[in-house]
Amino acid sequence: MDSPSLIRKTAADLRVPPNWQDFGGERRAFSWDAARAGMAGLAGGGINIAYEAVERQARTLAGKTAFRFLSRSGPARDIGYGELARLTARFANVLRGLGVGKGDRLFVLAGRIPELYVAVLGSLRNGTVVSPLFSAFGPEPIATRVNLGAGRVLVTTDALYARKVAQWRDRMPTLEHVLLVAEEGGGTAVPGTLDLAALMAVAGDECPVTPTAAEDMALLHFTSGTTGTPKGAVHVHGAVVTHQATGRYALDLHGDDTFWCTADPGWVTGTSYGIIAPLLHGVTSIIDREEFDAERWYGILQEQAVTVWYTAPTAIRMLMKAGADIPRRYRFPQLRFIASVGEPLNPEAVRWGKEVLGLPIHDNWWQTETGGIMIANTPAFDIKPGSMGRPLPGIEAAIVKRQENGTVTVVDEPDVEGELALKAGWPSMFRGYLNAEERYRKCFAGDWYLTGDLARRDADGYYWFVGRADDVIKSAGHLIGPFEVESALMEHPAVAEAGVIGKPDPVVGEVVKAFVSLKAGFAADEALRMELLGHARKRLGAAVAPKEIAFLPALPRTRSGKIMRRLLKARELGLPEGDVSTLEAGA
Amino acid sequence: MSGDELRAVVIATLQAIAPEVEAGELRGDRPLRNQVDLDSMDWLNFLLGLNKKLGVEIPEADYRKLVTLDDILAYLAAKTPAPSPPSR
Repeated sequence: MDSPSLIRKTAADLRVPPNWQDFGGERRAFSWDAARAGMAGLAGGGINIAYEAVERQARTLAGKTAFRFLSRSGPARDIGYGELARLTARFANVLRGLGVGKGDRLFVLAGRIPELYVAVLGSLRNGTVVSPLFSAFGPEPIATRVNLGAGRVLVTTDALYARKVAQWRDRMPTLEHVLLVAEEGGGTAVPGTLDLAALMAVAGDECPVTPTAAEDMALLHFTSGTTGTPKGAVHVHGAVVTHQATGRYALDLHGDDTFWCTADPGWVTGTSYGIIAPLLHGVTSIIDREEFDAERWYGILQEQAVTVWYTAPTAIRMLMKAGADIPRRYRFPQLRFIASVGEPLNPEAVRWGKEVLGLPIHDNWWQTETGGIMIANTPAFDIKPGSMGRPLPGIEAAIVKRQENGTVTVVDEPDVEGELALKAGWPSMFRGYLNAEERYRKCFAGDWYLTGDLARRDADGYYWFVGRADDVIKSAGHLIGPFEVESALMEHPAVAEAGVIGKPDPVVGEVVKAFVSLKAGFAADEALRMELLGHARKRLGAAVAPKEIAFLPALPRTRSGKIMRRLLKARELGLPEGDVSTLEAGA
Repeated sequence: MSGDELRAVVIATLQAIAPEVEAGELRGDRPLRNQVDLDSMDWLNFLLGLNKKLGVEIPEADYRKLVTLDDILAYLAAKTPAPSPPSR
């Protein structure tokens, strides 16, 4: 399917030779076994993410900047590979001093501050399992995840602790240690917590890496499903092989790159590619502590001479909205490759990149469950704007149809819609949903992992996203489970029932919209609407809470009593209501 | 519009997006987004809301200047008509 909008690549587009140039040859020659053999590994045969990313790199790159932290309030802070090795050793010693060891779970809840990066890598070094929480979560999503993960340790800031944790602490019985970072610098003295800076100051610089095996749990990333509680996707230390390979093929990282991944480490992109992959490639990463700001972002591209930029469709669309005048005032000739992930990037945005930034934007696709990039547009190959690209070396993808008996059939002909599936077995594939074996098993049919995303593949092997197979909401690239939002609304005394959908939005993809019906005696007025909005925001935080709340006399339910979110959405969009044969009479 | 009136409009605009905000708990000299949970969309809607209520154009290039409540009040005060002289 050749489209007139195809963006052709020529040798003139490539400022450095891409790591992946021969599409079929590299895919045929690649094997995960060989990739694994290319890692340093631990003496005795194990593998550890922090060893590969920090300890090993510090031997040859000690003086090189690993992370450059930018903030509005002060000068940039550079942390070199050598210093990072010492800091992560100290952090591991802090954990050992507290009796926290291999397999224990540590949660991080912070903005993009240096201590967060040190805590993540120091925990991995200690064999302690890390679970990042998005700092815009409210108290309820935080407590739910800490409890599901049986967190023993939480690393957060004094301000976030006061706002989101302190009053809820007794609801998290497994939490033994809270390590606080002072947001304004200096120390903290909050009852029931420990001051991280004080502990770090007296911890030793030397700390052997805890021996971990490829299948030992390393990271726990929570993601949302349609029903029930969030799912804790289990990732192992062996995943580092995928982080390395995808940094090479999908992000085209070269040793002399300056890389900027704008994702927050509270989400999987910000961990796999905001922390781990760039260190594996020995590059310098830019980390901006501030929120999105068009002028600031162009300024960073220019001043930091960013060469490879990994960002998200929502950010790109906000840059587009800000207009073409701002980028004209900035020059970033070093920038050579732009990639995007989070949700499908619309063709206009891909082309806008070429016109305004001088480079097309390369969409790629992956999920929390896949642990790393699976399907991508990459520097050497033509882009079909709107497509997520083609599978990376080591990844076998297919379009499948689920059969009644639980098996799947692979669709070989092009341009047929079906479910996107991946052949199981790449190193960063999730190894389970924590304590939810049945939910995990349901994600597989034979040796295919079923992604829950509907897609089609064209005759050239490019994949095109079609939609989600379930009701999960995707807002600003993040998955939001409607059930979690509905549950929080149901806690309000006025609410009888709640149904939550994703309402299409030109900038963030979808916004969370809630429909509620009220208990007798409550009036559906503006004051109550604002009260419900505040109620939801206080519990869920801005990232998860609804942006819109509408009152309905009753919500449409199936005869078995399930709220029909699909119907709410169809009505919201003015679309045909589809099959309503299971609809309860009168709704 | 007086300083107090302007502050009231700004707070009301903020509360339309984040009704949980207690006006008395906000510190004017600290970044607003460190005190109130506002994602990027909330923030843009807040600035658009100010534009609508006050008729003040806030070009995108000025967004970076608007960090604290004090910044926002000073910026808006400079762009809205001066308060009428006290009548007494």
